[in-house]
Amino acid sequence: MRLELRGITKRFGTFTANDAIDLVVEPGQVHALLGENGAGKSTLMNVLFGLYDADEGEVLLDGEPADFEGPGDAMAAGIGMVHQHFMLVPPFTVAENVMLGHEEVRGPAKLLDLDAARAKVKEISERFNFAVDPDAVVEDLPVGAQQRVEIIKALSRDAEVLILDEPTAVLTPQETDELLAIVKDLSKAGTSVVLITHKLREVQAVADTITVIRRGKVVGQAEPTASQEELASLMVGRDVSMTVDKDAAKPGAVMLSVRDLSVVDELGIPRLKHVSFNVKAGEILAIAGVQGNGQTELTEALLGSQPVTSGDALLDGEFITGKPIKDVLMAGLGFVPEDRTEDGLVASMTIANNLILDLHDQPPYASGMALKPSVIDEEAAKHVEQFDIRTTSTEATAGSLSGGNQQKVVLARELSRPLKLLIASNPTRGLDVGSIEFVHKRIIEERDNGTAVLIVSSELDEVVALADRIAVMYHGEIVGIVPPDTDRDTLGLMMAGAKQEEAA
Amino acid sequence: MSAEQTTAKAVEEQDDRSVLRQIAESSGLVVALAVVASIVIGAILVVLASPEVEEALGYFFSRPADTFAAAWEAITGAYTAMFRGSVWNYNGDTFVQQFRPLTESLTMATPLIFAGLGLGIGFRAGLFNIGAQGQIIMGAMIGGWVGFAWDLPWGLHLIVAIIASVLGGALWGFIPGILKAKAGAHEVIVTIMLNYVAANLIAYALSTDAFQLEGSDNPKSPPIAETAQYPLILGDSFRLNLSFLLAIAAAFGVWWLMERSTWGFRFRAVGANARAARTAGMNVPLSIIGVMTIAGALSGFAGSSQILGTESSGLTAGVAGSFGFDAITVALLGRSRPLGTVMAAILFGGFKASGPALQVQAGLPVDIVLVIQSLIVLFIAAPPLVRFLFRLPAPSREKVVAA
Repeated sequence: MRLELRGITKRFGTFTANDAIDLVVEPGQVHALLGENGAGKSTLMNVLFGLYDADEGEVLLDGEPADFEGPGDAMAAGIGMVHQHFMLVPPFTVAENVMLGHEEVRGPAKLLDLDAARAKVKEISERFNFAVDPDAVVEDLPVGAQQRVEIIKALSRDAEVLILDEPTAVLTPQETDELLAIVKDLSKAGTSVVLITHKLREVQAVADTITVIRRGKVVGQAEPTASQEELASLMVGRDVSMTVDKDAAKPGAVMLSVRDLSVVDELGIPRLKHVSFNVKAGEILAIAGVQGNGQTELTEALLGSQPVTSGDALLDGEFITGKPIKDVLMAGLGFVPEDRTEDGLVASMTIANNLILDLHDQPPYASGMALKPSVIDEEAAKHVEQFDIRTTSTEATAGSLSGGNQQKVVLARELSRPLKLLIASNPTRGLDVGSIEFVHKRIIEERDNGTAVLIVSSELDEVVALADRIAVMYHGEIVGIVPPDTDRDTLGLMMAGAKQEEAA
Repeated sequence: MSAEQTTAKAVEEQDDRSVLRQIAESSGLVVALAVVASIVIGAILVVLASPEVEEALGYFFSRPADTFAAAWEAITGAYTAMFRGSVWNYNGDTFVQQFRPLTESLTMATPLIFAGLGLGIGFRAGLFNIGAQGQIIMGAMIGGWVGFAWDLPWGLHLIVAIIASVLGGALWGFIPGILKAKAGAHEVIVTIMLNYVAANLIAYALSTDAFQLEGSDNPKSPPIAETAQYPLILGDSFRLNLSFLLAIAAAFGVWWLMERSTWGFRFRAVGANARAARTAGMNVPLSIIGVMTIAGALSGFAGSSQILGTESSGLTAGVAGSFGFDAITVALLGRSRPLGTVMAAILFGGFKASGPALQVQAGLPVDIVLVIQSLIVLFIAAPPLVRFLFRLPAPSREKVVAA
């Protein structure tokens, strides 16, 4: 099926998310839609999928205009979509999930025909080598397999065009490779794939054609042979450096010492198992690993928001485990949380207030019980300038900022105290290339000031770019600490649980 | 469960309040329109309840104009009666008679201001405290006891009695606060239950020798000593007393607390995003306890304005009236802000004051006022309904849906 979008324009109020976008996806083609976060990729696909009504423009399928009232129409016309956040019912089996919304029944009693669904899952799974068991319960499956269930769901409805929205965000490098292989197989079998992504490596690996979107407009087509630098500058609109410039680390004394730290969660499941490591002043230790392997528990245990079952941690020789969060922060810990909207910011409060969440009761922001609004505003203005936070006013709410600017607010706050240790979890998640550059530069600067830095990231590129040493976590354990020039395959295998010796 | 886990749970629960926040911080326009819509619907009810209209309807098809005239009469009659009962009685013979309704409205508004301010702090801190009723009762009971049982010089007696009231209310706020902070008990359930406890406690107390007037079987205490009563501020012709001025001062105090103090900063941060507040080193349980205690203290103040003011003839089980529940509406209507709360309290004080005039002069049931009050709550709780009625556009969301 040949899919064509002609002059699609979608506005939200005064904001134009898509501006007269033209796009043609030929049958059997892998078409990459490349753009920064907020460029309008997902909006475009939601228009195509019938979730939004376009203000202007039309969708053509094999030359015929199509008008989708909702996802149901789009699916019926042969368009399948795998969302960034899976639309699966966790306690249901694979077969049940696949039939959901398209239940087949049999007999006079109209019983669910699970066998038919099972057979369908089996058939598709075997055709593309998915290795998915139709009777497995979805919540027990690894993320990569859940994603394949989503793909099976789309294919079982005879999708001829498959839209994948940021599909690799949640995958390990190995799972990513598997997915990319699947994408290739699908296109060989005649299914068109639209791959929405901001990751250049993936685009180069599988795309037949690349369309780059910036600020809601198509800014160019590119061949997969284009270099990363070319693609990135098309995407951002200026030259960007793809590597992080940094001098060799000059490690000093041990600043953070974690000894035999364990965390058992409320349900009695061990999340962190006897973890020990050191971070020295002036070095960056980056923790690589697939999300959910104990990284969150580790950082929260160091901060003090997660109770520790055993073991301890010392910051510059002082115990920080078992202390109130406030004391830990004042002892010199800077903490950039994994989820800035949940843990980093109070969206409904102003930028100025968010910049002093931690220091609001300390001089110069307060004297006694009284806040000092003029000082707070002055300091906020300084931070906004220093960290290039793009906003109309320091009195705007933090929730009104873009993700990149929100992250700059968090960084500005955390870096404004004298630090001994900076912990940053996924510091650039969801940020555009320009903001990533900025955040990385600031982190390196902090290291060069002699602060010990602990980075947790599920993006291997980031880990490799920033780290002076890499620790790989798997199932709550550190499987090894390796130098930053370790090759990706080894790191990937370690992230899947292999010990360093086995992986190398 | 360890203390940290309890804290974590309290933090999570604290975040699950978006609907409450939406109600508590609905836009000013919606609030104003909710009042208008309620008055319009109130008018319809007035028409339906009017005997004259019913009579005219009997011959509607021969003389329809009579029905409309009767309906118009009923509506204007009802609302002018309410105006005369609550703002300015232009039919009054003397200045005192003309002016009294307004002072009555302010007198009725006083406990609502105090309690509404306390509840508003809670709403902004993400706590749905509906225990103002019990807190008022406890404040009135303890303050009243100091007022009639103790013998202190003028001035000092009043101050001590007020402090006793405030402490009584604060205690009744502290209990649900600490239960929530330390044991994860839901404040809605606990405050409701403590309302019952307070209501029964005062009923019991009034049957004991310590409280009951000697030689009487009535569940009523001796009158409050004159040394412990709030002085009247406009002379003996009006009931308005010093507590009204204290309520206005409290509104300023609450504004300062919430907008200009480190405590209020924490309360607001914890209310809007407890997880981020905790990550930034704020003590969420302590903040919960602080908010509930301050809210209770303000309700205790409301209790003092009753027992040391309008109800100084003696403590009864009905000392709190329905002020504790009306204060919830007042706080919502005032969008949990001090100025809004004061204005909403005066509006509701006016409603309360207008009841008798409505009944006597317009011959309508007092319940109409209650219905209008309830409709206001209903409309505020359903902003889309108000927007639909007045054809307002949906609010533009702060963050553009893109990416």
